[in-house]
Amino acid sequence: MTDSTWQLLLDSLWPMIHGAITGTIPLALSSFAIGLVLALGLALMRLSRRRWLSSIARVYISLVRGTPLLVQLFVIFYGLPSLGVVIDPWPSAIIAFSINVGGYAAEVIRAAILSVPKGQWEAAYMIGMSHQRALTRIILPQAARVSVPPLSNTFISLVKDTSLASLILVTELFREAQQVAAFSGQFMALYLEAALLYWVICLVLSSGQSVLEKRLDRYVAH
Amino acid sequence: MSPTDQTPSVQALLTVRGLQKSFGANQVLKSVDLTVARGTVLALIGPSGSGKTTVLRCLNGLEIADGGTISVVGADDARHAPVSIDFAAAHGSRAGVPKKALTNLRDQSGMVFQHYNLFPHKTVLENVMEGPVVVQRRPRAEVEAEALALLERVGLSDKRDSYPFELSGGQQQRVGIVRALALRPTLLLFDEPTSALDPELVGDVLRLIKELAAEGWTMVIVTHELEFAREVATEVAFVDGGTIVEHGDPKEMLRNPQHERTRQFLHRLLFPF
Repeated sequence: MTDSTWQLLLDSLWPMIHGAITGTIPLALSSFAIGLVLALGLALMRLSRRRWLSSIARVYISLVRGTPLLVQLFVIFYGLPSLGVVIDPWPSAIIAFSINVGGYAAEVIRAAILSVPKGQWEAAYMIGMSHQRALTRIILPQAARVSVPPLSNTFISLVKDTSLASLILVTELFREAQQVAAFSGQFMALYLEAALLYWVICLVLSSGQSVLEKRLDRYVAH
Repeated sequence: MSPTDQTPSVQALLTVRGLQKSFGANQVLKSVDLTVARGTVLALIGPSGSGKTTVLRCLNGLEIADGGTISVVGADDARHAPVSIDFAAAHGSRAGVPKKALTNLRDQSGMVFQHYNLFPHKTVLENVMEGPVVVQRRPRAEVEAEALALLERVGLSDKRDSYPFELSGGQQQRVGIVRALALRPTLLLFDEPTSALDPELVGDVLRLIKELAAEGWTMVIVTHELEFAREVATEVAFVDGGTIVEHGDPKEMLRNPQHERTRQFLHRLLFPF
């Protein structure tokens, strides 16, 4: 590699980090937060004894998991305007990613709730709790611990998937890389640099995951 | 620490008539009748699969019986109001039983589980205080004082801030008993309280139950510990095939069983090989 390539990589580093800080990371965090709320609701619907509630959730999850994220993103950003619904790039991306996370995380949360031993429900009932209260005070805290590893995976996938938002004109890490690459013609170097940056972000997240798992360890029945 | 009602009385606290329960095609309880007077310690013994645990689980509404009635006299306060449920009307469905009656039935009893079922994400003290504070809405300071006194009495006050996984099985079960006591129930139910414990830890738990019996608590205990039943129980009932085959004085019955099935069961327990 020539000196000028090194210089280009160095010069493009800040725009990419800036793209990560103002694009990738807030996009991932906000979509994940909204998606989790959605997922909890869907998981509870799936577990509901009311057949129609659980059917709605089942169809939603099947649709989200059965269609590509890129297609979901394009339907919202490029498709909806033909129905007269025009949404800006940022909110479009957040909506698409939240819907997507909702579908995947719902199954994780449902499985986590089911993994809490039945005796925990019974003990909660025997100290006089209602179903609702047993769920919020006894079952969900334990389910939360169980779902940390799989939800971390969901989040790490999401961080990488936010690169798709570059295709609907959201300025984030990968779009910065694309722009410099197109301008300079140094595709290999810049895309590898982008890959490296995603990798660093994911390494940080993985270590965050193990810290969280350790701290929540007492929440599991041993 | 004492039972809700201390007045000596022969009045039946708990009355069960014609209790039936099936799981699918398997009829676990054919017809169970029981009368438990205040201050009684009733040991339910019987082979596995005989239905003794199901009887216990029907008494606190963890299982909904298909038929028969359960009545608990209770006490004068609102939390322990008398309750009587006719399960024939409910057809074995939770939805068929009035919610209030079920809550009322549960509020009468404190339950001690075979596998303790402590809440792993809460400390020992939080486990004990959760019901009285969060559900019964009693003043936190008062509940904490009472909980600490109970833990002190079972020798676990130094474990108040430990989590269940840091305790031995015997310690966990004593916390389980304290958690039940803190609810101030009229009736204590034990589901094989020592069968998950290592042999050397059984004694502490049995000794505690014996003390509670001496204090006059009304208890129903599903157990395999015949020696314990003989010494602590005031009555013993032998359950087999979904009915109560024999019911009587423990010393008398365990020495001289009247029914052939009881005799065989006791013989198998005393001479396992």
